Amino acid sequence: MRGIETEIAIIGAGSAGLCAAAEAAKAGAKVLVIDENSRPGGQLYKQIHKFFGSSAHQAGVRGYEIGRRLLEHVQKTGAEVMLDSLAYGLFPKEGIGLIHEGRHCLVKAKKTIIAAGAKENYLAFPGSTLPGVMGAGAAQTMININRVLPGKKVLMLGSGNVGLIVSYQLLQAGAEVTALVEAAPKIGGYGVHAGKLRRAGVPILVGHTIRQILGENEVRGVEIVALDEKWQPIWGTEQTLECDTVCLAAGLNPMTELVWMAGCAFDYIPAFGGHVPLHDENMETTVAGIYVAGDVTGVEEASSAMEEGRLAGIAAAEALGYLRKEDAEKKKSAVRESLSVLRSGYFGERRRISKEKQLADMAEYRKKREVCG
Amino acid sequence: MSENARILHHPILGDVTKQKEITIYFDGKPVKAKEGEPIAAALMSAGYRAFRTTAKRHEPRGVFCAIGRCTDCMMIVDGRPNTRTCITPVRDGMRVETQHGLA
Repeated sequence: MRGIETEIAIIGAGSAGLCAAAEAAKAGAKVLVIDENSRPGGQLYKQIHKFFGSSAHQAGVRGYEIGRRLLEHVQKTGAEVMLDSLAYGLFPKEGIGLIHEGRHCLVKAKKTIIAAGAKENYLAFPGSTLPGVMGAGAAQTMININRVLPGKKVLMLGSGNVGLIVSYQLLQAGAEVTALVEAAPKIGGYGVHAGKLRRAGVPILVGHTIRQILGENEVRGVEIVALDEKWQPIWGTEQTLECDTVCLAAGLNPMTELVWMAGCAFDYIPAFGGHVPLHDENMETTVAGIYVAGDVTGVEEASSAMEEGRLAGIAAAEALGYLRKEDAEKKKSAVRESLSVLRSGYFGERRRISKEKQLADMAEYRKKREVCG
Repeated sequence: MSENARILHHPILGDVTKQKEITIYFDGKPVKAKEGEPIAAALMSAGYRAFRTTAKRHEPRGVFCAIGRCTDCMMIVDGRPNTRTCITPVRDGMRVETQHGLA
């Protein structure tokens, strides 16, 4: 069996993983990034909209351009990116188990950063398994990466930023968006995205949900129903909307399988998408030498994932002696400052509170460990 | 779904650049594909969306996540079952079959 040795192994070549790689390699560490896909960048390349925030967070730059710049930067640092490599397991003694080109191999690293990302939530209701029902992110991959329309007439469920942005991108790709349906009494994402849809004539139906999807072998239409203030259906308000595709934008959940396998302790934080690993200010988990970064630590967005990646990369390089404590502290506090900006304001507040809880629970965990010896 | 779902022009991404066209076979029927694209994209561009049937109730399933996580798009590819078609690139002459139940 083939064995590979490195100093820092990073699982996932998306926003967080690539930023971690750049920081660690820049500091001088030997870095190997592993990714299952045939190209790096994670979900950045399907983001064709301009990012928000300040210029420090590349506001006004489209996602794929951020991805391209990031990759170019990583290549200059000398970090190695190994593609078509599925990390299926993390073992305490043996290391990371990989399948590469149909063959098994093991990666031994001194430090491991898990940046596995997140996957879309599924919703179950009559007809929800029919071909033509897919994640909003899946539709985004189809139109922006593969340049294939998953359908001609699409109904979107969920009005968070993903639901709003993908609806607009479906219009740009030439599809018709029948309606956007949201169970809550108001939209979840930014008003500016919703405004674009409204101006394009897409009805946004808040206080509504899907009762069932119609069709025998694939989607033919959707029956929706209005909800009362207790989120219960108001019978008699059912109506049928014609469409051939339904996109679910119902949030994401962290891909924590490898983190569980490593034996890390977890928190349950609904605002972050469910179970998330405990980690400290250096992104290190309860298992020494195992770091986490990006959506796997709790679903946020690409800019926060990049900053968390930087933090993990700096910390891992520091732990290996590539950065002096004071230099590392300086770098890390700049990143933490940037993260706190990203977690501020009306939309960032819930994420800030969640992250504080996660960090506090980590401190508590370590304290208990000390007491119990 | 009607055929020809390819997005040739796009206000942000521009026009599609010329890609080599190849042929794959879906349950024996020829389907035109672009070199390097995932099998699922080629099938969807031709209007096919049901990729497999479930073991118990024989219900059709298609692409759900498109990033290789949910396994709803698995098919038999060149005789190999349980292939995730959303992340497996096409190859000229590839034989892609509907997967019935567990394989």
